[in-house]
Amino acid sequence: MENSEKTEVVLLACGSFNPITNMHLRLFELAKDYMNGTGKYRVIKGIISPVGDAYKKKGLISAHHRLIMAELATKNSNWVEVDTWESLQKEWVETAKVLRHHQEKLEASACDDQQSSPVLGRPGRKRKWAEQRQDCSQRKSPEQTKTKDVPKVKLLCGADFLESFGVPNLWKSEDITKIVGEYGLICVTRAGNDAQKFIYESDVLWKHQNNIHLVNEWITNDISSTKIRRALRRGQSIHYLVPDLVREYIEKHNLYSSESEERNVGVILAPLQRNIAEANTEEIL
Amino acid sequence: MKSRIPVVLLACGSFNPITNMHLRLFEVARDHLHQTGRYQVIGGIISPVNDHYGKKDLAAARHRVAMARLALQTSDWIRVDPWESEQTQWMETVKVLRHHRSELLRSLPKTEGADQGRAASPAPAAVPELKLLCGADVLKTFQTPNLWKDAHIQEIVEKFGLVCVDRVGHDPKGYILGSPILQKYRDNIHLAREPVQNEISATYIRRALAQGQSVKYLLPDAVISYIKEHGLYTRDTSTERNEG
Repeated sequence: MENSEKTEVVLLACGSFNPITNMHLRLFELAKDYMNGTGKYRVIKGIISPVGDAYKKKGLISAHHRLIMAELATKNSNWVEVDTWESLQKEWVETAKVLRHHQEKLEASACDDQQSSPVLGRPGRKRKWAEQRQDCSQRKSPEQTKTKDVPKVKLLCGADFLESFGVPNLWKSEDITKIVGEYGLICVTRAGNDAQKFIYESDVLWKHQNNIHLVNEWITNDISSTKIRRALRRGQSIHYLVPDLVREYIEKHNLYSSESEERNVGVILAPLQRNIAEANTEEIL
Repeated sequence: MKSRIPVVLLACGSFNPITNMHLRLFEVARDHLHQTGRYQVIGGIISPVNDHYGKKDLAAARHRVAMARLALQTSDWIRVDPWESEQTQWMETVKVLRHHRSELLRSLPKTEGADQGRAASPAPAAVPELKLLCGADVLKTFQTPNLWKDAHIQEIVEKFGLVCVDRVGHDPKGYILGSPILQKYRDNIHLAREPVQNEISATYIRRALAQGQSVKYLLPDAVISYIKEHGLYTRDTSTERNEG
C-alpha cells in the first residue's frame, strides 16, 4: 500500500508516569513497529500525557516533576513527545476527553495545512479551534472531506489498563465505548490470551474488537513505576531501568521517599469520586 | 565493627551485544551483596568472550568490546576488560578468573614489613575477592556434560565464589541441591533476586535488528548507534559466521 493510502496514526499514552520508565518508552516502540508492520497505518507521532495532580493517586508526586522527567526521557526520541495539557487542568480529566482534545487539535492543524489563505499563513497568528473548524468545513470541497487525511489518535496502553475497564466505578461505560468505538486502543501485553479473553467477555470491547490492537511483548520487561519507587525507598539501584537523565533528576531532587509514597493516602481516586457522585445524583433525580 | 570484604564482580559472556539486562546484573548483584552487610563491591568487570569461542552469529570481539565500553560510559564502577578477547584462543572461565585475580592483587598498594607499626596501626585492609557474576541460566550449564571441567567448577565456587542473579524459568536453589560440589560450597554462592523481571536476551535483540524493529530502551542509545554505524547484526552478516 502506498504511503498516501495509509492511515496516519498518533499514539497517545495517558498515565501517572510516576516516574516514567524504560518500559513506558518501549510501549511506544513496540506499538509503532506493530502498526507500521500491518501495512495499513503509518505512525507519525507519540504523545505522553501525564495525569494531573487532581487524580489523587497514592504516591503521586507533583505533575511539575513528572513532566520534566518525561521530557528528559524523550529528549533522544525523534517522534515521541510530552504534552502538558492534561496535567495543567485544575480538575482531573477523563481519558476520553484527553483523546478528544488531541483529535480536535489534529483536525485543526490538518485544516490549517489544507488552507492556503495568506491570512492564515501569518506566523504567530492563533485562531480558536472552533473558528478554524468552521472555516474548514465551509471551505472543504468534497474530495477534501476524506477523513483519511486527518491523522487518527489512538490510545496506547498495557494490559493492566484494558483490565481496569472492569473495575467498578472507575470508568463510565459511555467513555469506554467512545475510547474503543471512536478512537481505538493499542494494547501491548505479554499475556495476549488473557487480554483476548477479557475482550471476549465484554460486549462493548467485543463489538469494537477491530479497533483494539493487541501487540505482543515477547520479552518480559516488568519495569513498573511502583517497583522503581520501592527500589528507591530501599536504596537500591534503578540504573538501566529508567533513562539516565531521569535517574539523575530523581537523585538530584530526592523525589521518592516513604513520605512521598504517603501522599493522597485516604483520599478517594478522582474518577471513583466523580463516578460515584454522579451515580448518586442520578439516583436522587 | 567488622569491616566489609571488598569484592570485584567479573562477568564473562558473549555480550553479543551488551544489553540493559547485562548491566542490571551488576546493579542487582551489588545491591544484594551490600544488603548482606558483609561485602563492599568496589568494582565490576565485563569480559567479552574470545572470537574463537565459535558461537553462531558472534560479532567480532573489537565490536563487542567497543559496544561494552559505550554502554559503560554512564557507570562509575564497571569497566570492560578486553584481555580475554585478545588471547589467541578461547580460554576457560576459571583461567580468566585467575588472571583477573592476580591483576587485582598486583594493583593493591604495597604494604610495609609485617612488624612495622603494628601496635598503633588499624587492622590491615581485607584483600579484595573476585567473584564470578552470572545469571541463573549459567549456573544450570554446570550440569551440561563436558561443558565445564569438574575441577574448574570446584575452583570457581571454592576459590572465587559465585554471585548468581535470578532468571525466569530457572531454579538456582534446585541446581545447587542437585550438585554435590555446589552443595558443598553453597555458602560461597550468593543468589540475588532481581525484583524487576527483565528478559532482554541478546538473541532477541539480534533478531529484532535483523527484522528492522526497534530495540530502543533495551540497550543504551550509544550501543544502538554503534550497531547501526557498523552495520552489525543485519541479516547479511549473521548467516555465514561460525556455521558448523
